[in-house]
Amino acid sequence: MSTMLDLRKLTRTHGQGEQAVHALKSVDLSVEAGELVAVMGPSGSGKSTLLTCAGGLDQPTAGEVFVDGNDLTTLSRNAVAALRRRRIGYVFQDFNLIPALTAAENVALPLELDGTRTRTARKYAEAALTEVAIGELADRFPEDMSGGQRQRVAIARAIVGERRLLLADEPTGALDSDTGEAVLQLLRDRCDQHGIAGVLVTHDARHAAWADRVVYLRDGVLVGQSGPLPDADELLQESH
Amino acid sequence: MSIKHGLLALLRKDPKYGYQLRGEFEAATGATWPLNIGQVYTTLTRLERDGLVRAASSEGDGRSMYEITEAGRTELTSWFDTPVTRESRPRDELAIKLALALAVPGVDVSAVVQRQRMSTMQSLQELTKLKRTSRDADISWQLVLESMIFAAEAEIRWLDHCEAMLLRHRGKASASPTPTDVPEQHEDHLGAQR
Repeated sequence: MSTMLDLRKLTRTHGQGEQAVHALKSVDLSVEAGELVAVMGPSGSGKSTLLTCAGGLDQPTAGEVFVDGNDLTTLSRNAVAALRRRRIGYVFQDFNLIPALTAAENVALPLELDGTRTRTARKYAEAALTEVAIGELADRFPEDMSGGQRQRVAIARAIVGERRLLLADEPTGALDSDTGEAVLQLLRDRCDQHGIAGVLVTHDARHAAWADRVVYLRDGVLVGQSGPLPDADELLQESH
Repeated sequence: MSIKHGLLALLRKDPKYGYQLRGEFEAATGATWPLNIGQVYTTLTRLERDGLVRAASSEGDGRSMYEITEAGRTELTSWFDTPVTRESRPRDELAIKLALALAVPGVDVSAVVQRQRMSTMQSLQELTKLKRTSRDADISWQLVLESMIFAAEAEIRWLDHCEAMLLRHRGKASASPTPTDVPEQHEDHLGAQR
């Protein structure tokens, strides 16, 4: 196994002096390829800040952010942007799909922005949509899809191409519980079968429970962790 | 729920030996409620005393087969017909522990809550993993698993709620100290400890 995400003494402070808000205080967290880690904590505990720093969308005040061995804090802005386009996928609560583009076009967009030829990007996009079990909806527009289908498109966009790190911020927040579980199943499969490292921010314990590890943030500090888990066979043995 | 009714339920169809009952009980509840053979026999003895089962034919080696009586069937029917009330469950050790943690000085209640949260979270993760690997399993087992998942989830939500209540309570206590308030005594207590 290789470490896909490694946060070292990650610190993020907004503002200065008396007014300074310490969103994250020296957080250490690493996520291996194939591992799904859930981040829980009350509102304002720093969950989303952790995710945006991990994905290169926000700059930490101190500490290091390694993605697939590259320290984002030392890379140029362009290099971070390139890494983000090629290696990191995001899934948000409100899907963030572009309404004027079809499912396939939405998924192909990050590849095309990165210089992939349209026809090749389309092929990758169709493959990603098939992997999330909505290959037949490639030419539909977001408004003609259910919430669960839209979130699948968003996940396809997050995994298209060579992406190795999947960052999901409340991906089930706008979905009913059955659809939410299906999305979790999908994220879980990505990690189990494709060696993707996943970080899932959620306030829902039932959804966090799909992860290998759950870490708990309070006031910008990691205050607890559960997992990793034994194999299913061992779990059954234990209860005898 | 009692072992008593579990055994009666398993005997409804046909007579069984004690060891068979143990195996079937575990199979029906997905081995989430392990019984030892001693519990099975002491329960059977009590059921026999109360006229709810009787020893039927016995094998040469002296082991008895048990069968359900008419009174046993009536008891079982009434059990299935009666909803489980919260009060009939065992006392909730966790609620008692937190109440005591608040009452006894020198206990970090937030730490107790946090430890419990991660412990319950671990159970919830384990149950979810079992659920993931039991998609094609017996429906009884899936029901039992879901019941435990809901219970663990509820416990975590309750812990979140406790924590929020504690914070509000502390905020109030520090904002408006009354002459009869405890903090002063509490400080004395801490001073004495030092």
